[in-house]
Amino acid sequence: MKSLIAFVLTALVLAAPAARAALNVLACEPEWMALTQELAGDLAEVSTATTALQDPHRIQARPSLLAKARRADLLVCSGAELESGWLPLLHREAGNGRIQPGQPGYFEAARFVRLIDRPAVLDRAMGDIHAAGNPHLHLDPRNVARVADALAKRLSELDAANAARYAARHADFQQRWSAAIARWEQQASGLRGVAVVAHHKNMNYLADWLGLTVVGELEPKPGMEPTASHLAGLLEVLKATPAWMVLRAAYEPPKASEWLASRASIPAVELPYTVGGSAGAKDLFGLFDDTLNRLLQAAP
Amino acid sequence: MKKTILAVAIAAALPWSAAARAVTDIDALRAEFDQKFKALQGDYEARVKALESRVQTAEIKADNAQQDAAANASPPPVSAGAFNPEISLILQGAYLDRAGGERPITGFFPAGGHAHAERGFTLDHTELVMSANIDPYSRGLVTLAVADEEVEVEEAWFQTLRLGHGLTVKGGRFFSGIGYQNEKHPHAWDFADNNLMYSVLFGESLKQDGLQVRWLAPTELFLELGAEVAKGQFFPGSDGGADKNGADAWAGFAHVGGDVGVSHAWRAGVSYLRTSPREREAFLDDLNDFEALSLFSGTSKAWLADFVWKWSPDGNPRQRNFIFTAEYFDRDEDGDLLCEDATAAGGACTGLTDRYASDQSGGYAQAVYQFMPRWRIGTRYDRLSAGSVDFGANGAFLGSTDYDPSRWSLMTDYSPSEYSRFRLQFARDKSVQGDPDNQVILQYIMSIGPHGAHKF
Repeated sequence: MKSLIAFVLTALVLAAPAARAALNVLACEPEWMALTQELAGDLAEVSTATTALQDPHRIQARPSLLAKARRADLLVCSGAELESGWLPLLHREAGNGRIQPGQPGYFEAARFVRLIDRPAVLDRAMGDIHAAGNPHLHLDPRNVARVADALAKRLSELDAANAARYAARHADFQQRWSAAIARWEQQASGLRGVAVVAHHKNMNYLADWLGLTVVGELEPKPGMEPTASHLAGLLEVLKATPAWMVLRAAYEPPKASEWLASRASIPAVELPYTVGGSAGAKDLFGLFDDTLNRLLQAAP
Repeated sequence: MKKTILAVAIAAALPWSAAARAVTDIDALRAEFDQKFKALQGDYEARVKALESRVQTAEIKADNAQQDAAANASPPPVSAGAFNPEISLILQGAYLDRAGGERPITGFFPAGGHAHAERGFTLDHTELVMSANIDPYSRGLVTLAVADEEVEVEEAWFQTLRLGHGLTVKGGRFFSGIGYQNEKHPHAWDFADNNLMYSVLFGESLKQDGLQVRWLAPTELFLELGAEVAKGQFFPGSDGGADKNGADAWAGFAHVGGDVGVSHAWRAGVSYLRTSPREREAFLDDLNDFEALSLFSGTSKAWLADFVWKWSPDGNPRQRNFIFTAEYFDRDEDGDLLCEDATAAGGACTGLTDRYASDQSGGYAQAVYQFMPRWRIGTRYDRLSAGSVDFGANGAFLGSTDYDPSRWSLMTDYSPSEYSRFRLQFARDKSVQGDPDNQVILQYIMSIGPHGAHKF
């Protein structure tokens, strides 16, 4: 009985700040939850639909997510079809008019940055490609800064009473963020030109920013599982154009990258990919600190 | 000293030969100079041109970058073509090895629907799906099932998007929200054929021509309530009374669900369906083994319970995942049954109309496990209970049975990508009394186009 009372009290205490929060935000991915927390602080109650250990393409519209989408004032997603396997159901089945596409309650990060890897030809024979371009845009911190500008604006539109506080938090974040970018760019200057292999096309923005050269992917086509024949072919490619490391995200299985790395005698590096993907990636700053640490440790 | 003497000697020797030669030399020099000058000029021109073009490309690049940025920063370019609906096609077909002929499930009214009486190579119906937002307030979808000489409208509905307060209204022809499997199209089933429960309840699945209202509660726990009112012309209703006002099918459902930790998700529900069939036709085997035509008018009430549990490590189903599904139903039918007079043709019935009452139940449980990417295995057990069937006075001509139909199925499927799947299924089918059958089905399902997201 005592434990029950304690449980109820704890639940009430936990629920209390949630009730005070002005905005209920559901982020599609952990990076956008982290960014919303930076910009809104305790002005918003933020949760995320996916974790760093889940492939953002391939989760299901679980009942719990529908229940979250029902109560959300704002959805913050990557867009560019990254969530096309489950997000449309949240839009349609949650009975929530605020978060529909075209409404202020639906925020797509991809709309505010320049997407790379736009396919010239749309054909499923090319695998699971996205017509609008590569949606894994947050691993270039300059993109995060652009998204932050737009998101701060959106937050203050939705919660005009607190506009000044969002603006102040935004200015503070951008100041810390640009300082961090300068620090990271200096740290990573030695990585320029380093050749890497990636599991999926989800490291391209990171490569773009740091000047890494992605010489191949473990997936034969985007979204398709690595096959033995493709990996063998990749090993041949590496003989001609050696790479320094094989990168994978925390949510990707290690088998294929470790196979290739051991055959090519190079390190296989697991990157957090997003907030929560490693012990160090506690927030957006930690995400890039940890990512660079891991890259620098593996680099020659 | 020697050098000066030599120079003087040469200078003295020059005049007569040099005078003539100087003219030609100057000409040659001039020609050479001209040639070199022109070459230089050409070279410079080429360089300048190259520079110009480089500047131009740089300008174009910068322009492109600006345009790209602009295109990205603002909504994508608008064209009339962009308003076209999303169109997708589902191709499905199979090779079946099974006993021939119709195999009506013993003890149950045949529910019609897509009875797969075919054997050998068969082409299932091909599904054509089109959907789009109609305006900011609603969305529309059409699913056409195309087969030889027939096009069936499987679904054609609009759905509201912005009612808010957790409310969604759907109108038109739609798959009823009752049960769990009912809303799934055959291409999304985990087995190559329908389970026995849905076969006897609805044939394939319950379609409704009418209205549906759903309400999702604003709670942490997923709680959804729904109600439907519809014409009720599909089994267990009938189109016998189509020419009338009002509605013959009423349905209600409640679903709850949530997560347990990050790896588990579940959903459970209860549903109720009430239909009022008028002169619902069915052929029943009479005591003379003659196919007697019967007409049922009355009410059909069904309760359904469903439960789904899904597991995947860390909630990431891409490598491995497990799905357990179980559903159960109980159906009561009460009314009048006419068994047409067939004595002339050797039948037993004499055209008598009398009370008919039945209470039947059944269900299925299935488990599907994806043990590695692309590969899944699954097993399903179906069981129906004949329950009590009272033909009244017609009981003298129509035999009732206490046989409980059942079936075991095993399947394995391989999916080269999200858009294609091959499946091999074995079944030990004991749904027909005295005629057990071993069935093998090899099936393919392919999806073309922007295929919509599947429900949980």
